[in-house]
Amino acid sequence: MQQLLDAPIIDVRGAVKQYGAGDASIFALDGVDLQVHRGEYVAIMGPSGSGKSTLMNIIGALDNMTTGKYFLDGIEIDTLDENALALVRGRKIGFIFQSFNLIPRTTALANVELPLAYQGIKGKERRERALAALNVVGLGDRISHEPTELSGGQQQRVAVARALSTRPALLLADEPTGALDSKSTHDLLDLFDQINAAGRTVVVITHEDDVAARAKRIVRMRDGKIISDTSHKKVSA
Amino acid sequence: MSIFEIIRFALRGLNSNKLRTSLTTLGIAIGVSSVIILLAFGNGSSKAVQAGIEKLGTNTITIQSNRGGFGGGRASASRAASSKPLTVADAVALSSPINAPDVKQAAPVAGANVTCSAGTNSSTPGTFNGTWPSWFEASNTSVTKGSYFTNEDVTQGRRVAVIGQTVATELFPTGTPIGQVMRCSGIPFTIIGVTEKKGSNGFQDGDSLVVAPLTAVQRSITGYNNLQSIVVEAKSAKVQDLAQTEINTIMDAQHKIKNTNNRDYRTLNQASLLQTTSSSNSVFTALLGMVAGISLLVGGIGITNIMLVTVVERTREIGIRKAIGAPKRAIMTQFLIEATILSLVGGLIGVVGGFIGSHFKIYGVQPIIIPGSVFLAFGVSILIGIFFGGYPASRAASLRPIEALRYE
Ligand SMILES: Nc1ncnc2c1ncn2[C@@H]1O[C@H](COP(=O)(O)OP(=O)(O)OP(=O)(O)O)[C@@H](O)[C@H]1O
Ligand SMILES: [Mg+2]
Repeated sequence: MQQLLDAPIIDVRGAVKQYGAGDASIFALDGVDLQVHRGEYVAIMGPSGSGKSTLMNIIGALDNMTTGKYFLDGIEIDTLDENALALVRGRKIGFIFQSFNLIPRTTALANVELPLAYQGIKGKERRERALAALNVVGLGDRISHEPTELSGGQQQRVAVARALSTRPALLLADEPTGALDSKSTHDLLDLFDQINAAGRTVVVITHEDDVAARAKRIVRMRDGKIISDTSHKKVSA
Repeated sequence: MSIFEIIRFALRGLNSNKLRTSLTTLGIAIGVSSVIILLAFGNGSSKAVQAGIEKLGTNTITIQSNRGGFGGGRASASRAASSKPLTVADAVALSSPINAPDVKQAAPVAGANVTCSAGTNSSTPGTFNGTWPSWFEASNTSVTKGSYFTNEDVTQGRRVAVIGQTVATELFPTGTPIGQVMRCSGIPFTIIGVTEKKGSNGFQDGDSLVVAPLTAVQRSITGYNNLQSIVVEAKSAKVQDLAQTEINTIMDAQHKIKNTNNRDYRTLNQASLLQTTSSSNSVFTALLGMVAGISLLVGGIGITNIMLVTVVERTREIGIRKAIGAPKRAIMTQFLIEATILSLVGGLIGVVGGFIGSHFKIYGVQPIIIPGSVFLAFGVSILIGIFFGGYPASRAASLRPIEALRYE
């Protein structure tokens, strides 16, 4: 029983991702093993081209791997069909992109409601949950703004609200602060702390040390491999 | 996720891309309406020509001399050695109920090119006929004001005349022509009737017409030996072929024709004229149809272009939707509904535009809508819209989310 509870939410084994074939082929991932447990806050670091995004996309069920196995919350992702994959993405994962990826010409509220709508949540409940998520990220007063009417930091917070609205167990963020100034970065990181404190698992890719410093565990990658994996107690206040 | 929700998404999608939406709708609407209008124009002009010819009387067979002079037809080398002119006796023989049971009536026509005048006004009628009262029925001409001349007018050789509306307005721009006197080639004729407006049959003005008793015209203008034609009316369009055979038999006897390949007369049959013109008209309509088809195609290319320009953005959007948990079916349905609404609305606007546009005369021709063209244009435009709207979306929905997100 104890073992079942302790089963990792992310369990990647021997992941290989190969792009191209023959001489020109690149191993973006070259045998990666990674286990992340519930409630962890992990930062993935490494030089450009080391395979961080590739790994993150596989964890987020946005991409498939060439060989290897991936269990998300005990479910083997490679065996799922289109519909089941859509369900898993909607229910279990909240994904935050460096480039925000909001639906253009669509209000903040409608963007945040979207994943809820795809889960079949209707009317009042959907609206309330979306509003709650927008309040959490501090955008309760910007709900009818479209992406072009929001600053980068605000757009990213809408994206966080969208990722949070479905109350996913796992929050994945690929360089979420890459396009933000230091103030917005700071606000966003506070938000992540809060989300993690509420028991959600957070995995974030970053180049920045102060972003990584907020995490409780840092995984470093190089050339498609994990080269170090260190856990530490949080120092800051 | 309910279908209403998906429809809401589709409407929101259309609403958030107003430029794309309106351009696509416009493209479809223009394509559809131009197909409808062009085909209606072709149809209308062919109907107008047919109606004009029908007004001449479809039961009518016209006999003309092959002797040169009026309606000189065949080459003079093949002219019969013993060629005779058309005579009143021929017309009488053709009226025989025994030899020509399928002929209703026959009327000899003496014609001339004359100019008529009244006061300072003058008019050169396209047709100046001396004939019998039966001519009016045989040629489908009716008098609306005044009266026809009678058989008695013919036997008495009275100089009376019935004129067409063109002549009437040219000679008497104001006031009624009935009872007035006009001079044709200097000979005075009292006008007793005006014919019903016939309009143009595409070749000549049917209202530029003067009709007078045969005897009066022969005595004072054409002389007695030279009939221009004999107009014969068959009892019905059905027996036209029988009547034609009877006419040939009687005329061959009258003119002592031995070799039927070498007749000194020839017959013109309205039905065959109608056939020739309607077949040339269908060629015309087909050509217009091709032009219309091309415009539909160009419209289609325009739509495709707009769709392709936005495909990058839309593919990204589909990637985002998939990444946040949209099932493929929901995405496909949304984009298909978008494309369907676009083409339906565009198609309907096009149909309405086609109907409105077909109300206006083009070069004097009233377009007549072909119902089939409406369905064809509407159907094709919807297929184009759905295909070019739906295909890129279906491709994007089949991509892995990350591929769709990176698409460019
Ligand atoms: N679609 C693709 N086709 C071919 N090669 C690819 C593709 N995506 C990534 N790669 C290659 O895989 C390797 C890893 O890429 P990845 O995006 O995971 O790097 P990264 O660690 O996220 O880098 P960065 O910090 O710059 O974002 C790179 O060498 C990259 O060129
Ligand atoms: Mg990356």
